[in-house]
Amino acid sequence: MITADFRAMAESDWQSITDPSIPQIFIGMATCGEAAGALSIYKAMESALIKNRIKARIHKTGCLGMCYCEPMVDIIKPGQPRITYKNLTPETASELITDYLINGNYRPDLALGVWGKELDGIPNLFGLDFMKFQQRTALKNIGVINPEDISQYVACGGYKAFEKALGTSQQNIIDEVEKSGLRGLGGAGFPTGLKWKACYKTQSFPKYMICNADEGDPGAYMDRSLLESDPHSVLEGMLIAAYAIGCSRGYIYIRDEYPLAIKRMAIAIDQTRQYGLLGDNILDSDFSFDIEIREGAGAFVCGEESALLASIEGNRGMPRHRPPYPAESGLWGKPTDINNVKTLANIPAIITNGAEWFAGRGTESSKGTAIFALTGKVANRGLIEVPMGITIRRIIYDIGGGVPDGKKFKAVQTGGPSGGCLPAELLDLPIAFDSLAAAGSIMGSGGMVVLDEDTCMVDVARFFLDFAQQESCGQCIPCRLGTKQMFEILDDITKGNGKQTDVDVLLELSDSIVRTSLCGLGRTAPNPVLTTIRYFRNEYDAHINDKKCPANVCQALVNGGQVDE
Amino acid sequence: MATTVINVLNQYSRDRRNLIPILQKVQEKEKYLSSESISEISIYLGISENDVYSVASFYSQFRFIKPGEHTVKVCLGTACHVRGGARVLETVERELKIKPGQTTADGKYSLETVACIGACALAPTMVLDNEVQRSMTPQKVVDLLKSKNKAENDAK
Repeated sequence: MITADFRAMAESDWQSITDPSIPQIFIGMATCGEAAGALSIYKAMESALIKNRIKARIHKTGCLGMCYCEPMVDIIKPGQPRITYKNLTPETASELITDYLINGNYRPDLALGVWGKELDGIPNLFGLDFMKFQQRTALKNIGVINPEDISQYVACGGYKAFEKALGTSQQNIIDEVEKSGLRGLGGAGFPTGLKWKACYKTQSFPKYMICNADEGDPGAYMDRSLLESDPHSVLEGMLIAAYAIGCSRGYIYIRDEYPLAIKRMAIAIDQTRQYGLLGDNILDSDFSFDIEIREGAGAFVCGEESALLASIEGNRGMPRHRPPYPAESGLWGKPTDINNVKTLANIPAIITNGAEWFAGRGTESSKGTAIFALTGKVANRGLIEVPMGITIRRIIYDIGGGVPDGKKFKAVQTGGPSGGCLPAELLDLPIAFDSLAAAGSIMGSGGMVVLDEDTCMVDVARFFLDFAQQESCGQCIPCRLGTKQMFEILDDITKGNGKQTDVDVLLELSDSIVRTSLCGLGRTAPNPVLTTIRYFRNEYDAHINDKKCPANVCQALVNGGQVDE
Repeated sequence: MATTVINVLNQYSRDRRNLIPILQKVQEKEKYLSSESISEISIYLGISENDVYSVASFYSQFRFIKPGEHTVKVCLGTACHVRGGARVLETVERELKIKPGQTTADGKYSLETVACIGACALAPTMVLDNEVQRSMTPQKVVDLLKSKNKAENDAK
């Protein structure tokens, strides 16, 4: 067990933060916050505190998910609820010290919401449209706690699920995860319990556990936010998985474009080791397990599990044929379980609350919640966790606040380069693995980019095929040459050199690539083209037949003077 | 130079699985992978230089020529693309008079593109020496590079 002393100390420290005797200031310092200027906010508030001789404690938190409000600061004044302030500047942040901490003015003009009942005209934060349709499970701690302090995670119930797991049989845990209906949230949606069971049953040792944090889809940053804001939830999920399956060694494969996520995870691993949660005989049990971080090196294909394995082994990240699946033959030929960051972050709650609780949310075949990075042409951009089955309309219009600047919605892109573009007619489509697949897209890892009337759909298809042909590992011909051919045809169309037969050739190429590529990268690469042809054929026709780009995006067609005013 | 590489190598066992972490560490110290470094690594791990190059050249993170003092990375992810990332790139290209993958003649700036830095809510973005710059416009690119140059000149 985590020593009772440590848990009690963590809880009492947390109590002194949430019900404090001196003011507590929380500054959102994930990548989004830092890019928006959180560091200068930190300095401004620190010097304002010194100047006014106020004793206060400053905490660096992660990202609350409301990226459109960064830089954000929360303040708890003794006897007052936590209040979140938005879009601060160093000047307004210093004003909060004098106006609120000294003079008791809540500054509703700077406030976003109260963590509780409405106060002085400041609304309840969780009653805001952005928040009220969300069900935060995996994201419950983001923006709430300091990700670099294990005691705050422990105080919020952290590692209790792991302790509970250690007290039960491996088979029990696997059964529980299987019954919950949890499916892999990295994109493919394979049932997590079945994956664990296959790896558990393979009689070969040692076994490995890998957390796939090679979040390569452009337009997606859910894993980054989670690792930067609550790394211990992912570690706890890994510990439970490793114990259940019988893995002795773990890797977290994080892409090198995420330096802050790597840094915070390294700190979290050190702290877990310090408290006996990693290493030999964890918490005095027979279970021994340790984790190493591996940094990706800028190859998108390494998100594919067999390519990821090759990369950890020190080779070119090229996928191989499956079966055998990694559960039977993975790293160095040994059984290996690979789960996505978000999948693992869901595990502690399943163990704590039970499979039935988890399965009680979502749809028949897609249980629990989905996590999306909502970006593009939408007013409220950020990270959301919503129950499966929610409609696209609710996400974009209620949570996201609709398309800004009075523009018209055109499409929503889900699933990154493996997904597709869904039109306005499908706004009432419920989000689930099967419904999105039927519409030609995929759930994917969770990127959701909103496109408005100023977006050219042929240009979007060209963008993704350019990405696919650059990131193809080059091993199999359909992917290496097929995506290149598709890109060149799309490039021609956007430059006004499209031919009557182009759309048919694109469809034919897509069919071959989907059916014959070696791995998921190739098999799904045509999706952006297939969906844009299916739903926006008129835009292809306008480019090819009339040499016009209806959205005025394709430069060659705009400069040709053939623009309708 | 060779001592830096040897210092890095001494932190790792002579095992192929350490190849990519070694390449990353050497590049972190020396900014790029010189042919001398590749040769040292090959000898240390007991694998051919050809093999080391074949792995290093597969991953876009690795560079084989010395980069400029400062690195500008323009994000070309989906969210940046639909919010004007291409115009940001064009402006950087025009201001620095180089294309992605190139370094300015005075050795000051290198320009790279990145598929997505994962700060999509702040699109379009670019990264100047590891600092993420949000909501970029052509004007902000011009101002940013100007203030960077001014700060450097003042420091001299």
